[in-house]
Amino acid sequence: MKRLEKKHPLAIRWFHWINFPVLAIMIWSGLLIYWANDIYRIGFGSHTLFKFFPDAFYHPATNLAGKIDAPLYTLDQKLATGMAWHFLFMWVFFLNGLLYVIYTTISGEWRYLVPTRRTFKEALQVVMHDLHLSKYHPPRRKFNGAQQIAYTSVILMGIGSLATGLAIYKPVQLAWLTTLLGGYTLARFFHFWLTIGYVGFFGIHVAQVIKAGWNNFRAMITGYEVVAAEEKPL
Amino acid sequence: MSERKVERTASQSEALTDEEAERQIRRKSRRSFLLGAVTVAVAGSGWWKLRSLAPGSKEAQDLGDVAWPFRRALETNEKLSRAYFRDGRPAPTFPRKEAKEPRLNAQVGLPEEFDPAAWKLSLLGLKDMSAATATDEDPTPAVRLPIEAIKAFPKADMTVELKCIEGWADVVNWGGTPFAEFLKRYPPPTKSGKPVDLDNRLDDLPQYVALETPDGEYYVGLDIASAVHPQTLLCYEMNGEDLPLNHGAPLRLAIPVKYGIKNLQRIGTIRYTDERPKDYWAERGYDWYAGH
Repeated sequence: MKRLEKKHPLAIRWFHWINFPVLAIMIWSGLLIYWANDIYRIGFGSHTLFKFFPDAFYHPATNLAGKIDAPLYTLDQKLATGMAWHFLFMWVFFLNGLLYVIYTTISGEWRYLVPTRRTFKEALQVVMHDLHLSKYHPPRRKFNGAQQIAYTSVILMGIGSLATGLAIYKPVQLAWLTTLLGGYTLARFFHFWLTIGYVGFFGIHVAQVIKAGWNNFRAMITGYEVVAAEEKPL
Repeated sequence: MSERKVERTASQSEALTDEEAERQIRRKSRRSFLLGAVTVAVAGSGWWKLRSLAPGSKEAQDLGDVAWPFRRALETNEKLSRAYFRDGRPAPTFPRKEAKEPRLNAQVGLPEEFDPAAWKLSLLGLKDMSAATATDEDPTPAVRLPIEAIKAFPKADMTVELKCIEGWADVVNWGGTPFAEFLKRYPPPTKSGKPVDLDNRLDDLPQYVALETPDGEYYVGLDIASAVHPQTLLCYEMNGEDLPLNHGAPLRLAIPVKYGIKNLQRIGTIRYTDERPKDYWAERGYDWYAGH
């Protein structure tokens, strides 16, 4: 025997799926802007392990047909394009995020998301389980500890992106904010690393969704999950 | 208690046979995925359309400007910025010793052949144009000032960041006359006919200032509030020395409330106007306002 269990409210599904392409546009247009002054790297002292980004990243030398002078895509020489997209879609990103926060607050959904005292221990256990280092099994709950931390962090990161973004967009009128973030140059550095953070989040998120399977993924689209009848309700 | 129970059970169906559960979730999936597909198609075609309108696209170039959704967004942001803009929130200043030569990023409007001794600042759109003269090179009557006349005005200096729209910033010490001081001496006509009052009646002035290099190759437009900001200087000294030629000698604009692109090097003409002036980088898809 089975039953259908409501998992994700309609509003949250919309916020989630709107945010996906919007964040993609923000990252893509951000790269077009970043290209104009691509100074960040991973390294220590004068030794560079990785530079953001190698030339091949901006315009891979060959396309699928193997033509050298016809790159698949180009991310260079497009500062104006990048800014035009960034300063339009920042509004969508902001409003969608704001509505999400308001909705989760009013609807009580935040209870599933905001970490509690037990969360951190549980998150660690989940990670150990996922790495096959422990027999511990995550609890049957809407979001386990690791998810709670991840989904709450990504909202804080969104707020961080807005703050650092404003600090570099209006560094004179919002000088207090820019100064608080360590100045124009440092605020830009944080803005960039938050983006790398989203890319990391995306990678882990997609891997986990694939691992969790179709029933879980389908719930983010239909709202419902099929569960065994004897399982306790969420 | 019982109400809560009802709520609970509403979010989950009763126990179903496997087939019935399968049938129900399929129906829900079909509906949701169909709606999802339609949304993706609409959003995707919207994105495709927007792409063809973005700066740098062929269509945008044909229009000679950035197409409306992007330009409208920039203008909306500008309106908010201008409403929030206050002289009392100046650009942060830095210790004098942090100043260095700013990066040389663009030389548009700075041809190699240039005679600083022959240079004069041309003024257009003044209240009093009676001293205007035409020259062999420039047939438009304008009031013409030598650099000495500008150096005789009150002088100020400041150590601020020159912030490039590309995302870098250099600390520079600029010296020159505040634009506001210059404006008081060479005022534009006021709408009311009353004397210029920068503290109370900015609306009474022409709303824009247009600046051009002597060869007309580079040009910027400024909103009047940014132009008369106390930190906007007509600048002839950099880091305590005469402004070098490759940074726009004999006179350049230093305007820390704007990005570097508005800090025009080598001013040839200053003109007051109520019409939004053309702007070199705005014509290439950038924000016309480009201000902080």
